[in-house]
Amino acid sequence: MRLLFGTIFALLVAAAVGLGATYFALTHDTAFGALRIGAWTSWPKTGTQDADPYARAEIARTGRLPIALGDGVTFQANTDDKGKRLDGRCDVEIVGITPAARFWTLTLYNREGELVPNSINRYSFTSQEVVRRGDGSFEVVVSPRANSGNWLPTGGVERYTLALRFYDTAVGVATKEGREVPMPTVRTRSCP
Amino acid sequence: MIRWLLLLLGGALLGGIVHLATIIVLPRTATRDAYSRLTSIAPVNTVISLPEPTPEKSVMPMMDPAFASAICRYDLSQGPMKLTVPISLAYTSVSFYTDRDIAYYAINDRSAGRRAIELDLMTAEQHGEMPEDEEITSADRLIVESPTTKGVIAIRALAPDPGLMPMAKRAVDAARCQHTDLAKGAN
Repeated sequence: MRLLFGTIFALLVAAAVGLGATYFALTHDTAFGALRIGAWTSWPKTGTQDADPYARAEIARTGRLPIALGDGVTFQANTDDKGKRLDGRCDVEIVGITPAARFWTLTLYNREGELVPNSINRYSFTSQEVVRRGDGSFEVVVSPRANSGNWLPTGGVERYTLALRFYDTAVGVATKEGREVPMPTVRTRSCP
Repeated sequence: MIRWLLLLLGGALLGGIVHLATIIVLPRTATRDAYSRLTSIAPVNTVISLPEPTPEKSVMPMMDPAFASAICRYDLSQGPMKLTVPISLAYTSVSFYTDRDIAYYAINDRSAGRRAIELDLMTAEQHGEMPEDEEITSADRLIVESPTTKGVIAIRALAPDPGLMPMAKRAVDAARCQHTDLAKGAN
């Protein structure tokens, strides 16, 4: 009897630990080889055949096709530079310059990776669309309210993800964190 | 007491194995992954353009709305494929994925260096069987080896601003993928 209870106990612990860890891994971006610059994180290896099992599981679960490394590289941000979660009810500004690439795009998704409906049907900016300052830097305001300049509407969703994608770029697996890759800052300006 | 602690420890260790096993098995069992989604809408060995992603409907999550895209779901069991993609004005790329959604090769308009991206897709085995003289005459042809018999090619053209979207769409719609033998017959 004791043996039976003991076995059941151990198996229950195994199931809870194993499945719990798998669930956590799939919902928390745990793939190896992350490249973190400020608020931005990229997994360049996810777009190659060297994608690790965690990256493969995440690709299968979400149902997306990762951007191949020879095509481009994706950086994602769920928080601002201070680690505060991006909130669609706040005004968030993205300011600065980007690493060298032929084109880049900045897109806002909800947590499911879907575009967010808004009054002006703007879901992204491309490097060509964005209005720049005299020195070549840019400022994009991510906000639920209409803004002058480069306004990326949030549609008021509570949480969102920003994806900054660089196409035809040297940024990739060999890129180290630090100064060689200038990324725009993400700052929460004001919350209602 | 010690007995239960040992059982707890044993359970946790077993849990680690369960965790690794589920992570590794998951891609094999996924039914909502990109390849499965595309299988349900795209016939094999032909180019299908994908509708632009909108908040209401998107074939896959995390699609870049600045791109016009098309896919060719391929099956090399009947022989190699030939792919031709005209280049649009801004940026055109062709990415190759296995049937487990893993990218194994990509090329863009600049690395192709011509007015059209043209290449032959085959398995390593088919590449090995290729007659040598044909390989020489096709030296200027780009040959891509697929690690799997089945997979998907994503053809994408950037519209740097929304006004250029129709042009980008025309470029990806004009892409062709077909069996090499058929392509020869057509010439």
